[in-house]
Amino acid sequence: MEQNKLSMVVFSGDMDKLMAAFIIATGAAATGMEVTMFFTFWGLQAIKKSEKTGKSFFGKLLGFMLKDINGVGPSKMNFGGIGRWMFKKMMKAKNVAMLNQLRDMAIELGVKLVPCQMSMEVMELTQDKLIPQVSQPVGVAAFLEEARNSKITLFI
Amino acid sequence: MAEQLKADLFLDLKGMLCPLPIVKLSQAIKDLPVGAIIEGVATDPGVMADVPAWAKASGQELISIEQQGKEYRFMIKKVK
Repeated sequence: MEQNKLSMVVFSGDMDKLMAAFIIATGAAATGMEVTMFFTFWGLQAIKKSEKTGKSFFGKLLGFMLKDINGVGPSKMNFGGIGRWMFKKMMKAKNVAMLNQLRDMAIELGVKLVPCQMSMEVMELTQDKLIPQVSQPVGVAAFLEEARNSKITLFI
Repeated sequence: MAEQLKADLFLDLKGMLCPLPIVKLSQAIKDLPVGAIIEGVATDPGVMADVPAWAKASGQELISIEQQGKEYRFMIKKVK
């Protein structure tokens, strides 16, 4: 049955796309919707602690490249971190909420943050490397079940 | 009309941009009793569309919203 819910797949780990995801999530939660965000692949960076991860050689290599929410850069014009720096400066000047503040706000408003089990396995991320507010990891069926009951579904 | 109503809570949303005005509004209204009136003032022109949409989606009553120079003032009544 369709409920007043929004479910979102957060696939991207780009700063700008994550901003869009968290702004929509907080906005929906503020209007009384039940919001679930499913983080998969690059999106997991948004709920990762700033710790190095990985067990195998490739896993460690990947862990070295993965960022946390404060380290992710924009999808365009990052230029090795200059873009991220510039955007943060401009957003601060205009008093726009930073990505980490948006995430805190989402948590405060009761948005559910759910990691994808399979991409955690592939990327060698364990639950203890994710922020404590995320729920237990789930699979595609759990997402589809949420999506089926949602008024709005998004893929970002 | 709106001028005669007395607000139970005044919300200063000046300088805030999307999604902050509606997030603050939703947090503020939670603690108020039904029938309470919130008066808000913002500088983000986006609130002219967002506050009415928020009121409609969350089932609260928008009493008024208007532009006064560079500010946007609105009044919301908590109805549920």
